[in-house]
Amino acid sequence: MWRRILTLIAKELAQLLSSRRNVAMLMMPLLVQLVVFPFATTLEVRSAAIAILNEDPGAEAVELVNRIAAASAFGTLHPVHSEAGLEQAIDAQKALLGLRIPPDFSRKLLEGTPVTVQALIDGRKSNAAQIAFSYIRGITSTFADERAGQVLPARIERRNLYNPNLDYKWFVLPSLVAIISTIGCLLVTALSLAREREEGTYDQLLVTPLTPGYIMVGKAVPGILVAMVQASVIAAAAVFLYGVPFTGQLWMLLLAMFAYALALSGVGLLISAISASQQQAFLGVFCFMVPSVVLSGYLAPVENMPAPLQMLSAVNPLTHFIALSKGIFLKGFGLAEVVPAVSALFAIAAVTLFVAHRVFDRQARS
Amino acid sequence: MTRTPHEGFSLRRLRALCIKETKQILRDPSSLLIAVLLPVVLLFIFGFGISLDTNRLSLGIVLEDQGVEAQRFAAVAAGSPYITPRFARTRAELATPMAEGALRGLIVIPPDFGARLAAGDGSARIQVLTDGSEPNTANFVASYAQGLFESWLHARADARGLSADPPVSLEPRYWFNPSTESRNFLIPGSIAVVMTIIGALLTSLVVAREWERGTMEALLATPVRRAELLLSKALPYYGLGLIAMAVCVVIAVVLMHVPLRGSIAMLFVATSLFLGSVLGIGLLLSTLTRNQFNAALAALNAAFLPAVMLSGLIFEISSMPAFVQAVTLIVPARYFVTVMQTLFQAGDIAAILLPNLLFLLVSALFWLGLTARRTRMRLDG
Amino acid sequence: MAAGLAVSIRGLTHHYAGQGAEEHALDDVALSVDRGVITGLAGPDGAGKTTLMRLMAGLLKPVSGEIEVLGLDPLHAASELHLRVGYMPQKFGLYEDLTVMENLVLYADLRGVTGAARQAQFERLLDFTDLHRFTGRLAGKLSGGMKQKLGLACTLVGQPELLLLDEPGVGVDPISRRELWRMVQALAADGMAVVWATAYLEEAERCDALCLMNAGRVIFAGAPGEQIARMRGRSVLACDIRGNRRHFLRRALGLPGVIDGVIQGDAVRLVLAEGQAPPVAELGEDAPRIVPVEPRLEDAFIDLVGGGPDGRSALAGTLAEVALPDHVDPEAVIRAHDLTRRFGDFVATDHVSFSVRRGEIFGLLGPNGAGKSTTFRMMCGLLAPTSGEAQVMGIDLKHSAPEARQNLGYMAQKFSLYGNLGVERNLRFFAGIYGLSGRSRDRKVAQMLESFELDRYRRTQAGELPLGFKQRLSLACALMHEPPLLFLDEPTSGVDPVTRREFWSHINALVDRGVTVMVTTHFMDEAEYCDRIGLVYRGRLIAVGPPDDLKRQVADAALPDPTFEDAFIRLIERDDAARAAAGGVP
Repeated sequence: MWRRILTLIAKELAQLLSSRRNVAMLMMPLLVQLVVFPFATTLEVRSAAIAILNEDPGAEAVELVNRIAAASAFGTLHPVHSEAGLEQAIDAQKALLGLRIPPDFSRKLLEGTPVTVQALIDGRKSNAAQIAFSYIRGITSTFADERAGQVLPARIERRNLYNPNLDYKWFVLPSLVAIISTIGCLLVTALSLAREREEGTYDQLLVTPLTPGYIMVGKAVPGILVAMVQASVIAAAAVFLYGVPFTGQLWMLLLAMFAYALALSGVGLLISAISASQQQAFLGVFCFMVPSVVLSGYLAPVENMPAPLQMLSAVNPLTHFIALSKGIFLKGFGLAEVVPAVSALFAIAAVTLFVAHRVFDRQARS
Repeated sequence: MTRTPHEGFSLRRLRALCIKETKQILRDPSSLLIAVLLPVVLLFIFGFGISLDTNRLSLGIVLEDQGVEAQRFAAVAAGSPYITPRFARTRAELATPMAEGALRGLIVIPPDFGARLAAGDGSARIQVLTDGSEPNTANFVASYAQGLFESWLHARADARGLSADPPVSLEPRYWFNPSTESRNFLIPGSIAVVMTIIGALLTSLVVAREWERGTMEALLATPVRRAELLLSKALPYYGLGLIAMAVCVVIAVVLMHVPLRGSIAMLFVATSLFLGSVLGIGLLLSTLTRNQFNAALAALNAAFLPAVMLSGLIFEISSMPAFVQAVTLIVPARYFVTVMQTLFQAGDIAAILLPNLLFLLVSALFWLGLTARRTRMRLDG
Repeated sequence: MAAGLAVSIRGLTHHYAGQGAEEHALDDVALSVDRGVITGLAGPDGAGKTTLMRLMAGLLKPVSGEIEVLGLDPLHAASELHLRVGYMPQKFGLYEDLTVMENLVLYADLRGVTGAARQAQFERLLDFTDLHRFTGRLAGKLSGGMKQKLGLACTLVGQPELLLLDEPGVGVDPISRRELWRMVQALAADGMAVVWATAYLEEAERCDALCLMNAGRVIFAGAPGEQIARMRGRSVLACDIRGNRRHFLRRALGLPGVIDGVIQGDAVRLVLAEGQAPPVAELGEDAPRIVPVEPRLEDAFIDLVGGGPDGRSALAGTLAEVALPDHVDPEAVIRAHDLTRRFGDFVATDHVSFSVRRGEIFGLLGPNGAGKSTTFRMMCGLLAPTSGEAQVMGIDLKHSAPEARQNLGYMAQKFSLYGNLGVERNLRFFAGIYGLSGRSRDRKVAQMLESFELDRYRRTQAGELPLGFKQRLSLACALMHEPPLLFLDEPTSGVDPVTRREFWSHINALVDRGVTVMVTTHFMDEAEYCDRIGLVYRGRLIAVGPPDDLKRQVADAALPDPTFEDAFIRLIERDDAARAAAGGVP
């Protein structure tokens, strides 16, 4: 029987690669996403605009402003001359953050009296504004410490593990390894089966000695291959083009990719099992993919979500694979860390494949 | 017989085609699914799933020094409402949860902390180890650690009867969204994503469907005009988009308590212009491919992904490199996200709305115009 | 009555964008269509019929030549033309998710038919098509025949002066085809110009005027009678055949004087070359009675294209005799027992029982929606029966389906191979699926490529093949594992006569080797090839027997020599009458 399955797999791959257009459909989004996303999907604050209302003509205030201007996080500084001007600058999104330095800033600083600088934060973009705010807080407190000549009893020494310079690309690329390969795998498993149904070739297969189980294997393996090839391309690009360090074992990454692709093909087959047409399968893929990316921890930490969504996140294969991919790339994951997540993926695969098989089998007997 | 041989644009034909299209929408469960259920689900997922406000961070506190000051620091950490501390004596104990991401960072009080502190030369150090694999969270960890550190300075000064007010303090004041809930800016932005789905994804299927089912050929053999054909596809989905918009706004305002400060009229104008663009993109893809599968796939890549990734909804456009910023200029969602965030949280601010609405208008005219140009009233070409 | 010319075409040449200039879809075509008559546009697949229809409807821009429709240039006066021309494309152009009335209203609005005129026209069209009872039903829920009538009604809204019908009879049962014909005849009688495109020459034969096309060229234009008259004396029927009529046919086709032949029930119908006497000397021994019969247009067409296939199948030499395992009863290699299938309240197949002998061709016939497809699908294991048994080769499909399936070849109604894969790849795929590998697989694929003359299309994508070659490829794939049973679902729907003959010569060769064939069809010439026919109506098997027996059952004084189509229609009418008498339900 394994020969028949090989035949199915060879056919599927031949169909996938049958025309340049198909290959382009698989590879073009991959390449575009590979070029654009690592740069676009950043939560870093760079060259942000700041509005400054400096009411203090003193030298200390000028020095503070200069220091802010010198920071790479901030680009243009808009000087404004009134409280209203500050508010307008934020209203019109000319600035992410507004600073108001009070008239007595220099005097109080020299006197050693505590002085307050007001920061106006654009709540519409609170994440970026908060990050900018914390940068400015760092700048002002260093500045103040120096000026006050006061020696703090202790200092904080910060070190970023796994990614010392907090390079966003180190975070994005291992996650993209997971996200981008998702589309290819679902396409092959969910949509191609729906297409066979629509075009009548599924019936043609069902009158052969193949059972739905074999047909499923014949669809799952190409899906897994596509996902693994795409994931490997991105992983290679991450290391060789973007210089992301690879601290783990290659075979562990491949194992993780396989487990993820298997779980994903289970989901894809399940979607195709319950959809009557390509259009429905497409909607199904869409309805799975969007929440799965949102709930994967890629866009926002899982612990911030309400409990029900955290539970969904735990059964989301993408959550586990992103954790594995980041861990193997950046954190030098060993077996102890890899085994639980990979087991979770295999468990998801077992459940989805089992249910999909039940549905297919029942349909074939109806 | 009422037959005028050379009539041009006919409202009667347009009306007939619109009625037909509307009935098809109402009878197709999948289009209703996209128009009503999907917005609700997506809004909830975006609203609750993407919370960028880190509420409580799990941090490990490693007390390698057991002295009085280290204990004081531990007490401050235990009392903080912002973190969930996990205490340990050695870093090794917390290495695994740290690697697995169960802990977002470690604050280490080194063994010589107490001794150096006593020396009073400022050489005492508190180490903060963040999980750099998530840079955004790492910054939050650093900032929370700074807060703990300052609290500890206060507590220490209080115990000695001294003042520990910092010489310069920064007082934050929130302009709009005072509670700084990320939901308040993510929800208005995700409405743009929902509108993109309705406009582009749904319409990408409709013209292709007529070609696939052979009804286009019959339609082209009637006196129908190009403008009628195009409008009859656009108008019903425009209506559907407005309904979905209303659903979204009600969910956002009533269920999720996102404030809406702008006027409904402005919301209507902006939505209309944006729907013009996305309907145009969807219809164009559908017209060009004449194949539902390819059209939907193209719509996914050309409309949906950019609306999420390149619209400024989650990722700040000004932080992107110049070439990506240039790409975002042709993404209509970019303008609509800005308009929505402003309308919901700030109100009708002409300085922002006008230029963005202008861009939306240009984009709508461009896409609809291109669709009209590429719509053929014959089977060839 | 508006007499005169409705369409005038001269020197029309067209090719599609992807085609080279030498591959013409239409090559120097001339055509005149008169008002008040039905003009048949006949020819095989790829002859250019649809292209010509689309050009007349102003949907394509011709490469060169003159075309004038109702005195207008279809290209530049398209919108005026579209008010006066009704065009029904192949799939009828209906919105399946709209009701009958909504479809009508849409087309009325599009053609500017409003107010009282609309009411009057709707009334007349609904009467005409007998769709009054179904105005609230979704078009997608109509049977094939009703869809076709609705398509016609939508096309007729606005009283067009010219009606263009593109293969309206495909996929529709004989009763509906007859009704459609009557309707169109009535329209032509009122002065409408009608163009009826078809691959079926028995349809074309009934037209008032005829344009025969082949490979983009017009090969005959005139009255069908001219062609039929030309063939007089050349069509004969060989009756009382001793021995196997399939062998007889093959032998007859091998004679130089015989250009065409088909099986017609128990007899064989032959067409002789020009000036040939009936080959009594060669065939008389097996067929004591060779009588002249009325020629048909199909005979003339075959003559025009240089004769039909020779009846030999290259397949014959490659096949081994089917040997049945001991436990299989040769009288019942396929057996249905009390087979019943319900969909909700609806009983699609109602206690159907029959069995098929080894080496027999068994046909399932019935009107659209009668339950013939449901029965067929249960027999090849695509659908599970609600009750009763479906057995092939003594194996119950319910229990060991994969085993049973290794025994059957299946050819679907719609082309259902992988269109984006090459011919050879498709063959290799099915060979692999049926468990062939290595050298035996290579050998089998090479054999199929040769037997079905697919060699030159080896690398062509299956979806791009001409219809006839698609048919061959489908059959080749179904035969890859040399199955003892072959299931054919409307195998030659929409296919021209030459291709149909070729197809059946392969089937005949298979049957000779002991292959058992089960086939569904809407076409009477295919039914004539069957050894026995099961007629399915309202879920039940209302008649079973050889085609000639069924014909004899309905023969009476008024119709002493019924065609199979007559038999089909009468048997169904009788069943209706019997039901009405029994239950009072119409």
